[in-house]
Amino acid sequence: MNFLDSPLSKPAPYVVAPIEHRFDPYEDNGGTSVAIAGEDFCVVASDTRQSNGYMINSRYAPKAYKMSSTAVLSCNGFHADGVTLKKVLEQRMKMYKYSHDKDMSVTALAQMLSNTLYQRRFFPYYAFCLLGGVDADGKGAVYCYDSVGSFERENYRTSGSASALIQPFLDNQVGRKNQQNASTAPLTLEAVLRITKDAFTSATERDIHTGDNLQIFVITRDGVEEQNFPLKKD
Amino acid sequence: MNSLVQKYSKSSTAHDDDVLGVHGKWDASLDLAFPTFDIPGAQNPLSFLRNVTDEASSDYKIKIQHGTTTLAFKFQGGIIVAVDSRATMGNYIGSQTVKKVIEINPYLLGTMAGGAADCSYWERELGRRCRLYELTNKERISVAAASKLLANLVLPYKGMGLSMGTMVTGWDKSGPNLYYVDSDGSRIKGDLFSVGSGSTFAYGVLDSGYRNDLTVEEALELGKRSIFHAAHRDAMSGGSVNLYHIHEEGWTYHGNHDVAALFWEYQDLKAEERAAAVGKQ
Repeated sequence: MNFLDSPLSKPAPYVVAPIEHRFDPYEDNGGTSVAIAGEDFCVVASDTRQSNGYMINSRYAPKAYKMSSTAVLSCNGFHADGVTLKKVLEQRMKMYKYSHDKDMSVTALAQMLSNTLYQRRFFPYYAFCLLGGVDADGKGAVYCYDSVGSFERENYRTSGSASALIQPFLDNQVGRKNQQNASTAPLTLEAVLRITKDAFTSATERDIHTGDNLQIFVITRDGVEEQNFPLKKD
Repeated sequence: MNSLVQKYSKSSTAHDDDVLGVHGKWDASLDLAFPTFDIPGAQNPLSFLRNVTDEASSDYKIKIQHGTTTLAFKFQGGIIVAVDSRATMGNYIGSQTVKKVIEINPYLLGTMAGGAADCSYWERELGRRCRLYELTNKERISVAAASKLLANLVLPYKGMGLSMGTMVTGWDKSGPNLYYVDSDGSRIKGDLFSVGSGSTFAYGVLDSGYRNDLTVEEALELGKRSIFHAAHRDAMSGGSVNLYHIHEEGWTYHGNHDVAALFWEYQDLKAEERAAAVGKQ
């Protein structure tokens, strides 16, 4: 007699009953990013805390990536999807370089990111992206995305867990919204860095998923420069 | 000689067996501009997608930007298109500066209501196909054909969660044309449409002020006012009004009008009318 036919090897009835297979591939790793475009520069800043619920996984897990000498991408939401997205984009940027013999501009990268996100319309990347850089005219550019590729070029934007705390602050300080007799002079790099740091130190006080360190990328037509700024670690 | 010909002709067709395209040249127009869509390996991909994108779901993680009030109507002077500019992601205002009129080409416009990405992606694809049509036929595509192209583009995805309520408008050989196309497969020709959560409010104002013999000035004002009242009463609409006029030479943009500024403008107008009425008595 075959072993499998023996009554002893039959699975217990409760195993035969339908089992619920939940497909749950997403996780919220928290974290916040800010991108501000200046006249001839762009600042992209992300905190480096990675958490899952109340658990802090890492105090230094960067989620902003230098994509080229003129573009930086930050991905909030699910860290693994952000890493995958960055990898896919890098592959496509290489293919672009091989077929066109030139580096991708931020404008081109912005449209490609949208298409890449939309390719997963029915299985979205859990990634809310900000793309910052300087365009072909040397002007600062910020592109903001939803998870399936709807995007818009803006002058400043925050996304991630503390975005609802920081966006109104940026609307007021960078967009000069709801201010009387506000200056319309473009912000200097020093002012943008000050606003960025202020936004994060304040958000760290009220958002449990934001903190530890702030990674700041300054993009000019000369390239990308990285800075680090400590945030509260509690 | 024959062997030589055979040798070289064979090598030139060697790529035919290259089914996977490993050796082939990478074609951006195939690979990037018109991607195929990845489907999750879940038991039921549709319920999975619904579960993570539904605002009422406890697993609501994939927040998609939604667009809201849009309108377009035909009149004696052409077509007016007016839209608001707010995008909401759940309760959060994702943006107050969305461009909900998609300029497909200099004589065709599309509007955005429903999923922002769905509208901008498919209308961009429509723009590409309209351009290809123009190059092959040496003639501009009609609005009827363009709108049907869009309807046929999204129809295969029916029931898969696309959300798109759009109006395709423009001027072609037959004059001004207006079609409503949505992701459920509808494609309706008409004179007056409003789409989105604020559409009921917009219809109220639009229907009460609509006549075919409106001047262009009056029609632009009616479109602007309709969107303003929708933005005022509907929490999911707001930001500013974008106005377009379509005429024989294509479309003309008639500016961005902040709803907050319009409110006081209309308030002043009301006060003036009241003062004039009192003066008459």
